[in-house]
Amino acid sequence: MARPRLKLPKQAAAGEVITINTLLRHQMESGLRTDKEGTVIPRNIINKFECLFNNTLVFSCDIEPATAASPYLEFRARVEESGTFKFIWTEDDGTVTEAEEAIEIS
Amino acid sequence: MNTTRRQLLCRTLGLSASAVFTANNASAKPADVAAAIKEIAAGSPVGEGRITLKTPGTAENSNSIPVSVTVESPMTKDSYVESVAIFAEGNQKPEVITFNFTPASGEAYASTRIRLTETQNVVAVAKMNDGSFFSASSPVEVGTGSCAAEYK
Repeated sequence: MARPRLKLPKQAAAGEVITINTLLRHQMESGLRTDKEGTVIPRNIINKFECLFNNTLVFSCDIEPATAASPYLEFRARVEESGTFKFIWTEDDGTVTEAEEAIEIS
Repeated sequence: MNTTRRQLLCRTLGLSASAVFTANNASAKPADVAAAIKEIAAGSPVGEGRITLKTPGTAENSNSIPVSVTVESPMTKDSYVESVAIFAEGNQKPEVITFNFTPASGEAYASTRIRLTETQNVVAVAKMNDGSFFSASSPVEVGTGSCAAEYK
């Protein structure tokens, strides 16, 4: 599994709204394409993304095949205390990819 | 009557023109999206405004079109945006992605990249925590000769 790419500040002021960018490389096979023999290529996409801060849900997505390959997501989070962001990607076949990033409140 | 290349091709193959050339047009209709919105709103009225839906207007690569959405909201425990669903009126399946927010989001903003098969409207529907709904739409012109055929 590819390593997810994350972009978020390492430090922030209390109450600041920060921007988070995430990207996980994935083909996002739509389940609508056919191969040379005309057989449908089974769907395999990342169908769920979650972002937690200190184990509390901040943002999540329900993803459909019409989202581009290697889903890129940009969103915001308000941070009040130092802690750790956790990012979870779930695929159709049950594969789960997790990543963590700490942030310090100055 | 002049015979078009399309008609000639079909006659040669012994098929009807409509059978061959409309087979790939199994795309969603604006009505499908309207029905999906009705289902989300469950009878509540869907208002205009409060949503800023940004699309490039013209897209060269139909497989990766940047879309961003912002909903005006204080994002406090008492008043926040619960979710924003994105639909594509001309795709085979209209659902694209649903963003779920919480008060900890700070701002109801999200951006991603989507796939569109053809020139069409992209629609965003926002659900507020008080049970009200808002929608916005934005047309996207998808360039020909892109990978639309690959993603039917």
